[in-house]
Formats: sequence, structure tokens, C-alpha cells
Amino acid sequence: MATVFIPTPLRKFTNNTAKLEVAGNNVSEVVSKLTGNFPELKRHLINADGKIPSFINIFVDDDDIRNLQQEQTVVKENTIISIVPAIAGGRE
Amino acid sequence: MDHRDIKFSRDEMSRYNRHIIIPEFGLEAQQKLKASKVLVIGSGGLGSPVLLYLAAAGIGTIGIVDFDVVDDSNLQRQVLFGVGEVGQPKVEAAKRRLESLNPHINLKVYNTQLTSKNALDLIKEYDVVADGTDNFPTRYLVNDACVLLGKTNVYASIFQFEGQVSVFNYINGKGEVGPNYRDLYATPPPAGLVPSCAEGGVLGVLPGIIGSLQALEVIKVVTGVGEVLSGRFFSFDALNFESRTFNIRRNPNNPLNGNNPTIKELIDYEQFCGVKAVEKKIKEINSLELNEWQQRGEDFQIIDVREPYEYEICNIGAELIPLATVVENAGRIDRKRKVVVQCKTGNRSGKAIRELEERFGFDNLYNLKGGILGYIDDINPKLTKY
Repeated sequence: MATVFIPTPLRKFTNNTAKLEVAGNNVSEVVSKLTGNFPELKRHLINADGKIPSFINIFVDDDDIRNLQQEQTVVKENTIISIVPAIAGGRE
Repeated sequence: MDHRDIKFSRDEMSRYNRHIIIPEFGLEAQQKLKASKVLVIGSGGLGSPVLLYLAAAGIGTIGIVDFDVVDDSNLQRQVLFGVGEVGQPKVEAAKRRLESLNPHINLKVYNTQLTSKNALDLIKEYDVVADGTDNFPTRYLVNDACVLLGKTNVYASIFQFEGQVSVFNYINGKGEVGPNYRDLYATPPPAGLVPSCAEGGVLGVLPGIIGSLQALEVIKVVTGVGEVLSGRFFSFDALNFESRTFNIRRNPNNPLNGNNPTIKELIDYEQFCGVKAVEKKIKEINSLELNEWQQRGEDFQIIDVREPYEYEICNIGAELIPLATVVENAGRIDRKRKVVVQCKTGNRSGKAIRELEERFGFDNLYNLKGGILGYIDDINPKLTKY
């Protein structure tokens, strides 16, 4: 199973878990599995068109999936998937 | 001025000795530092270490942009400032601290907010920008201004335990331009989706770590020493001590400098980030009016949407329903009487009211303007501020 790194701002939706093992053959399958397990993640990871929103970056190992095969990027047993949202800092 | 014409006094030579004796660095890199002009935008958590290290390293001219004043709640991470500076403009306090650290550099301060009107004029005077700001509109503003002017933008950002660093719009020796913030994040998250540090908090040492990395990259960009973090994106999670460096690329659809650029001048960034657009008007009450209601015994309910630990620090006797649980607790909120909703500054309570109005059709909710902090200032200074 692939390892998914959950970023700090989204951990409140994964019971404060930072690292999850998720099965799936590609990024799309992993994300649906993930949002199936943690429904509150869905509005952060999938937009109205069913795509990953542009303020979220998903990296498979060291590369941005936009430079691979997008959501169809193949995921292997030891792949590390990092979800990296835009963060801006302090102003409330 | 050509950096090779830069001279150092005897004092400077002894001050910079530990740089000059590094074989890969040498006198020439030190000359480049002195010849350079760096603009640091934001002198807060990230700006503090950036400014301290750049001043100590001998950057010839440092500009500082900030419109804020030093607050007690800054001192947990903004190591440029001390108790004596609380209430003073940050740029003035920073200038004094940095002058005492290194009298051989020029400091220029701009006690103003960076806006679409002044950004190009301010940035064009400098070689490199270090962005340590705290909100999405300014992030895009700094990015766009740097791309339009052809300046390198050394970027860093933090939230709670997590930090990010990259070097945007870097032009390498072959004249190739590296990715910028819009290649990484084409659009900002909708307002309210990502909590800010004022709401979510930040571990004080994190901006120290991330800001130091940002200062490192500024020094590398200026001197040409080492391999600049361009086309790469560094992410650090202090909680797990996990760090990763990702590869990033330019996006041909980037509206600033992709194949068909559509942004040719600075835009309205508050609007772009949805800060203005999505805010539906809600009813408000200020702390003086709330006090009047209390004094004359008006029948109303007060709801506090902060977290329990915040409530423990100070409260005004409200019913506690943290923002994340407001929807499931909507039944506890009165429909017949007036209801005042409050948080720390008025932002979260505004979100709660919008959500309750939208989902359940409440029409009796009043947002406490300025939150409990405003109430403490105006009505009850005995309560603890945080």
C-alpha cells in the first residue's frame, strides 16, 4: 500500500493522523479511498469537477502529478504520496 | 556598482572573516553581499530571522516593509523584538535592532502595507525579495510584482508545525527563468478553507527554522554560491521531523509568464483571493453596544465559538460552542431572542454566523465586532489578552 502524508491543516479531518497507508493503483483511486474513509477531506481534495483543486499539490515521491500522469499517475507498493496545500501564515 | 569595486574597512574585514575564509565563499561573495539590495516583506515570524541573518551577513542595503506594530503576542516567535518595543511600529523597532547588530549596512524602512499601487515602485529598487508575509492576497501580489519586474522571490511560509521554502522566478546563468508561485498554486484556496496562524497557531521556533533557510537562499541567490532552491520546493514537518524536497516546473498555462500571458499588470488581490467577494453582509454589534445591552438587562444569548483552551484564558460568560461543532449544536442556539456570537477577533464568529444563516436560516445572530480582544480593550481590561 502507498503511504500518504497528510499536511497539518488537514489532519483535523484524519483524527490527527499524519501518515496513512492507503491502497490504490493510481492517485485517483488513492484519493477516493482516502476521502471514503475520511469524508470531511473530500471538499478539500476534490473540487466540483471531480478534480484535485489547484490550491492543493499532490506529489508522488518527489514529483508533482501535474508533471506525471495527473490523477492517473501510477502508485506502487512503496510510493509516497504527499499532499501539500497552499499555506500563507498568520493573518486571521 | 560592480561588486569587484567594493571595498571593506578594517572593521568589516574582521567582522566578515568567518565568511571570507570559507574557500567556496571568499572575499568575492562577501563583496557581492555588500553590493546587493534585498527587500524583506513582512518583519514578523519569518522576517525576524531573515533580517537578523541578512544584516549580520552584511547585505549592503536591506529594505523592510511592514505596517504593523509590535504586540505582546508577537514575542513568542518574532525574535527581533523585545518587551520594550511593544506598541512601536515594527519597521522602526527592527531598524534600531539591526543597526546595533551591524552598523556597516544601509537600512530603508517602509511603514506601509504593500499594495498593488506601491509594490512595483518599492520592489524595483531591489535585486532580491524575501517574502515573509502572512496572507494569500499579499503572496500573489509579491509573486506577480517580482515576475513582472524580473526579480527573484525567495519564498517561505509556515502553519502550525509545517514550513515551506522555495526560490521563485530565479534566472540562472543560462538565462532560464524558474517556476513561480502561480506555477505551484494557480489559485488560492477559497477564503476560510485554510485556517490562519492567528486561528490555528504556530510553534514559535518554526519560523526561526524556516526563516533561517529563507535567509540562506537569499545569500545563495546573491552570491551565486551553491545550488539555489529554484525548481524545487522544500517542505518541513516539525512534528515528525519529516522533510521533503519536491521537483516543480513552470506551467505553460501560467497567466503571468506562460505561453499566453493574460496578466500584464498588478490586479486586485483581495478580490482574486475571494476575500471581498464571498463575504455576505451579516449583522454586527460592537463591544460598547454589547455592554449597553448587558447594562440595561436586555434578554439575549451569547455564544463563544472559540476553543475550550481559549475560553479558559478569558471569557465573558458566553455559552461555548467551538466553530467546528456549531452545525451539530445549532439546536442550542436560541431562535427567538437576539444572539451575539463572538470569538477572538470576530473572524470565526463571522464564519459561524454565515454557516448558521445559510444552513438553518437564522436571522437573529449578531457578530461581536473585534471579538473578545475588542471587548477587553473597550470594556473590561482586567481580562487576560492572548
